[in-house]
Order: sequence, then C-alpha cells, then structure tokens
Amino acid sequence: MHITMQGIYKAFGTNQVLTGVDFELKEGEVHALMGENGAGKSTMMNVLTGLHSLDKGKISIDGKETYFKNPKEAEQAGVTFIHQELNIWPEMTVLDNMFIGKEPKNAFGLVDSAKMKRLALEQFNRLDVSLPLDKEAGSCSVGEQQMIEIAKALMTKAKVIIMDEPTAALTEREIQKLFEVISSLKKEGVSIVYISHRMEEIFAICDRITVMRDGKTVDTKPIPETNFEEVVKKMVGRELTDRFPKRNSKIGETVLEVKNLTGKAFRDVSFSIRSGEIVGVSGLMGAGRTEIMRGIFGLDSLESGEVILNGKKVTIKNASQAVNLGIGFITEDRKDEGLVLDFSIKDNIALPSLNSFAPKGLIKEKDETNFVEMLIKRLTVKTESAETRVGDLSGGNQQKVVIAKWIGISPKVLILDEPTRGVDVGAKREIYQLMNELTDRGVAIIMVSSELPEVLGMSDRILVVHEGKITGELPKESATQENIMTLATGGQ
Amino acid sequence: MKANNEVLQNKGNLLQSITQKLGPFLGLLILVVFVSVMNPSFLEPLNILNLLRQVSINALIAFGMTFVILTGGIDLSVGAILALSSALTAGMIVSGIDPMLAILIGALLGAIFGAVNGLLITKGKMAPFIATLATMTLFRGFTLVYTEGNPITGLGDNILFQLFGRGYFLGIPVPAVTMIVTFVVLYILLHKTPFGRKTYAIGGNEKAALISGIKVPRVKVLIYSLSGFLAALAGAILTSRLNSAQPTAGESYELDAIAAVVLGGTSLSGGKGRIFGTMIGVLIIGVLNNGLNLLGVSSFYQQVVKGIVIIIAVLLDRKKSA
Repeated sequence: MHITMQGIYKAFGTNQVLTGVDFELKEGEVHALMGENGAGKSTMMNVLTGLHSLDKGKISIDGKETYFKNPKEAEQAGVTFIHQELNIWPEMTVLDNMFIGKEPKNAFGLVDSAKMKRLALEQFNRLDVSLPLDKEAGSCSVGEQQMIEIAKALMTKAKVIIMDEPTAALTEREIQKLFEVISSLKKEGVSIVYISHRMEEIFAICDRITVMRDGKTVDTKPIPETNFEEVVKKMVGRELTDRFPKRNSKIGETVLEVKNLTGKAFRDVSFSIRSGEIVGVSGLMGAGRTEIMRGIFGLDSLESGEVILNGKKVTIKNASQAVNLGIGFITEDRKDEGLVLDFSIKDNIALPSLNSFAPKGLIKEKDETNFVEMLIKRLTVKTESAETRVGDLSGGNQQKVVIAKWIGISPKVLILDEPTRGVDVGAKREIYQLMNELTDRGVAIIMVSSELPEVLGMSDRILVVHEGKITGELPKESATQENIMTLATGGQ
Repeated sequence: MKANNEVLQNKGNLLQSITQKLGPFLGLLILVVFVSVMNPSFLEPLNILNLLRQVSINALIAFGMTFVILTGGIDLSVGAILALSSALTAGMIVSGIDPMLAILIGALLGAIFGAVNGLLITKGKMAPFIATLATMTLFRGFTLVYTEGNPITGLGDNILFQLFGRGYFLGIPVPAVTMIVTFVVLYILLHKTPFGRKTYAIGGNEKAALISGIKVPRVKVLIYSLSGFLAALAGAILTSRLNSAQPTAGESYELDAIAAVVLGGTSLSGGKGRIFGTMIGVLIIGVLNNGLNLLGVSSFYQQVVKGIVIIIAVLLDRKKSA
C-alpha cells in the first residue's frame, strides 16, 4: 500500500493543528514520525484513518484518492492505528478484548470461542507473549496491554500499521520482540508509521523519518542520510519570540528541598528550589514528572526520601497537610482534578481557604466575596459574576480560576503542571506575567511543562526527567532546546 | 450571535434554577390543594399537627441521607441503626438508667454505628451501597440477637421521656419541634459552614476536593456518623411513642428517606441538592400517606400511588436538567 497525504489542514475550533502537512508512506517501509508534543503527529494519523475529517488537502492510496469515513472503514481497507491511549476494557478478559465488536460466530450464531482462542494464540506466539487468555485485561501491566493491542492489530491483516509511542510502557525484552515482528512485517510488505520520541529506536529500525513542527512537515529524509543532532534541531528549531514577559528574578533562600525521593514511577530524585525562583521540569510524557509532584504533595505515597521545607524536615501524607504547609498544586488536568465544574467561580476559588473565612464556624460571606472578587480582578478572569458556573468558562479562564484558588492560600511553593495546556496565546502570556508577579513576592514555582519554549522562556533553572530519574540540571544560560531534548530522550 | 446565545443560556439557567428550587414545592402545593378539595378536613389544624408528627421520623432520617447523597454516597443501614439504637436505649431504660441519658447514649451509639459505615467506605474503600447493605444486615442481626426477637417494654413513666414522642410544646407536637430545630441546625451546617461546602465539593468532584486540601475521608466519616445519629434520634421518638422498642422497627425506612431526598430534587450522583428540598420531599410523602388515608384509599393502593408519584417526579426532574 502506498499512501500520500498532501497539503492537509485541520483545525479544532480556533486551534489550527495542521497547516499544510505533506506525508508519504511507501510499501514495506518503516517510517518514523517525530515532533514535539502538540506538533500534530497523532492528529495527522487520525485524519488519515478517518477519526477526524480534514478541512483541506488530498489523500491518495495506491494512486487513488481515498478518504475514510471512520477508523473502522480504514481498518477494513487495511489501515490500523494502535493508539497511545489504549482501548482496553479492563473488566473483560484478554481474549474478549482482542475480539470486541468482531467476534467470530459459529453455525448457530453464537460466539465461536474455540476459533477466537486459536487466532489469538497465533498472534501471541508470533509476539512471544505468554499471557493467559482468560486473565482480566485490567489486571495486566500497561506493557502487556500494549502487546494485546499490537496482537489485535496484527490480527486484522493490516497493510499499514500506525504505532503511536508503542514502546513507552514496554520492557526491553518486549521491545526487542516488537522490533523482530516489525522487521518480519516489513518483509511481508506491510508499511509501518512509527511515532516515537525515542531517538535510538528510530535510528535502529526505521527506513525514513519525517519531522513535524507546529502542524507542518519540516523535512523527510532516509535515516542513513541524517543524524541525531539534525533531527533534534529540526524538531525544535523555531525562534523564541517575545511570547514570554521579561523576568527579573530576585532569588532568595532555599524554600523546598527534596532528597532521594523514590516512588512508584521515579527514583532517587533530589533537587531544591529557592524563593522567587522558577524551576522548569522538562521531559517526555510518561517520564514521571507529574508523579514526582504528586509524591511531594502527598497524593501518592513515597517509598523513601526526604522533603525539607524552610530547613525543617516534613512528612506530607495527604494534600491537606501540603496545603497547610503552604504548598499549592495546579494539576495538569484541570477538569478532572482542578475544578468542581458545577461550582461557581466563587466556590471554586474559596475551596482551599474555606476555614479561614470561618474563624467561629460560620462562613463570613462578605469576607469570602471580597476575597474572591479581589482575586478575580487580579487574575483578570473574564466573567460577569463570581456566581458563574466554572464549567461554562473558556479553558484560559478556567485555568485562571485554578491559579486564583491557589494564590488564595498565599503559597510559599506553587507547583504548576502544564500550566498553559489548552490555553490560548493571550491567556498564556497573562499566566506567565502572573508567575513573574508571584516570584517577585518570593513564591517558589516548580513548573512542569512539555512545551520547550515555555520551559526555556520562563525558568531560572531547568531539571530534565527521563524514565523516572533526573538526568540533568541546566542553568537558564546554558539551556537550549537541543540539550534538553537530548537529556529527555536519554541521550548523552 | 455568540453573545445572544450566552444571554439565552443565562436566561435558561435562571429559569432552570427557579424550577429546580420551586419544582418540588409546586408539586407539594398541587398535592395539598388536591387533597383538601377532595376532603376539606385535611386542612384542620389538628390534622396538620398530626401530619407534622407523622413525618418527623422520616424527616430526621432523610436529613442525614441528604448529606450522604450529596457526597455521592448512600446509606441503606439507617433503618437498622434506628432499630438497634432503640433496642439498646430501651434496654438501658429498663435496667434503670435515666431515660433522657439513655436517649443521649443511644444517639451517640447511632453516631458510632454510622462511623463504622464511614470507615468501611473510606478506609476499607468499599462502595457505600455495599458497605451499608452489609451493615444493615449486621445491625438488624444484632438487634434480633439483643432483643431475642421480642419487643422491649416496661419503660416506666418518666414524663420527659413520654413527652419526647407524644408530648406537645406550645401546642406543637414535640417530635415536630425536634424536626424543625434539627432542620434549622442542619440548614446552617450545610449552607453556612465550611463543612457544608466541603460536602458539596466532595460530591461535585472528589479528586478536586482532595487536591484542594479537604480531608475527604474525615468529612465522609462525619457525615455517615451524622446519618447514624439522626436515625437513632428518630428511633428514640418512635420508642417513646410506642412506649416500647420493636426489633423490626424502622424496616424499609431507608427507602422512604431516599425517596424523600430524591423527590426534593437532590441528585443521586452527588454535588447537587438542598436540604430544603428534602423537607419538601418528606412533606410530599407525608401528605400522600395522610391524604390517601383521609380519602379512604386502601393501603395497598397507597403503595401504588407513592410509586407512581416518585416516578413522575424524577421524570420531570430529568426533563428539566436535559
């Protein structure tokens, strides 16, 4: 199968994700697709398989213009997408998961489980997977679930398989097996689109590479004609404009220090942060950045390590203790963890500081309203009334409400996880401005971000996390997108 | 266009919030008008006072249930807690403890039984439905073991104790006074204190509540304790009225309480609802029972009518929020 995509445009609302992408996939090649988070890789593949319709552009398959209406149609035509977010029904068995919606039937119209087992085992043997077929899929490791998805895709007799970060959760042995399968698929003439952040893998198994940036194709080259450095440069090579307000950091004493923190998804993490400082935490998705923050904030339990706040060792067992110690946590998923969507702006902002409005047990509504009005003004939340339901606000305004809620506790340390995700450019700058104001007042800010320009534009110091470990600490002066990317992908 | 939409939406919201607040009240009004037209003696003061006394037990239980349901939980054990604490209270009185002290201890025991529910749900990470289904059976079992299946009688003639279920205060039945005072206290607790706000926050988004530093497990344990406490208080009223403790007391009371909460417009998924609505819901059920009796409808048909009313009320509520 030979696929060409030309001049593809796709926008979600006002968010223009693809702006004229070109892509070509030849028969029997393994084609790497690289780019920063948000560059448009997954969107482009979703347009190809019909999950999203395209706004403009042309897709041809074997010389004939073809537009799939939905992923099912694509699959029937031989184009299968293994998504990064796995489609697993956790309560069902491994076997049922593999055949969901396409169970083979016997002569009586009943599910033919003997045939299902035979087909499933065929693929498991090929992948060298020894999972019991009657195991509950939810109790499998993420890696095992990934293998289920891969086996499922192989069963469809696909001619094109798109893999989005397939190795993110696999063990070394599983990865080796996957690579063997990929090379045997290639010999059978199957084409593979391999989306990954892992440079080593790409250079080991891919034939060609396409780099995307900001919704455009930057370049396509055969692997032997390029190298690690060139790819990284192309991925990140954009000018830093004045999207970031100027920082005049006045850095003071150490506020928070963590020593040898170890948890489920990270180990031996040590760093410190001083008052008035912004420390950027960079790394790929799934590197363990959020987990480290959750551990510090007491949401996940720590296996070992120390947290020292203002020179005193503290044990934070739950979020309530963290809040009382003056730590705020703006989580990456504001709808799921940051806000009570059915609450008004006022109720959301007041939530962590409720007790302070009720010195004698009853909430002093006037104090509360004044406090909330002040924060709404200070953060320029665009709303007619503090009683507006938060769920009705735009993403940027919702994010301001989350930030307001934490400013309300007068934090000493503020953890921001992806503070500008899903926020438009204007609101982004306001949020940066606010971060500067807070550090001017001596707040220490830890900013986890997947956006490299943001990390470089706002941080005084940058920590890079790779597979649960801090692989580097870069002062602002010597940090570049290239050396952060190198550390984040496990390079030297 | 967009601005227009927003205005429309705001108007819609306003309308919706009015019907949401007044919906159950309108239902009650229609019901009262209907019953009093059919039988004017419904509106006689004596009947109204009688009605208030009749609903007080369900009201107390339903108040606690409102808090529980607002957090997204459910408490099926309230009827069993009522029976067990009543039996223990009666037992204490028979053994010579001052009846009013016995009521107090009984209510505190109710709170402890409720705390057991709360701990199973928070520490044991059990689903509220399952946890309280199990303790419902457990507490009912304890009651039967303790009473050996027989009513506890011979509760003496302490005047205060008798007043608690049967007396009048300024012409109003004491149980109704207890209900009104409890309503006011709980209304303030729910709408004017951090505790109330936290209750809503947990039901609205438990994760966000937790990350905001709310001690979610503690709030939940307190709420289930409150539910148990109120069930035991209702039990004390019943014991005083019957002048005995019945081992089968309070059977299926949890369902009447849940029905009242739902009729009052509180969402079973948590986060939305008001205790005022529950009061209305309790009155709707009370007027139905009382009115249908006055109209001479057989108790078999009464069940049918109650079921239909609940279905209609919830269907109307769905339409409103859709």
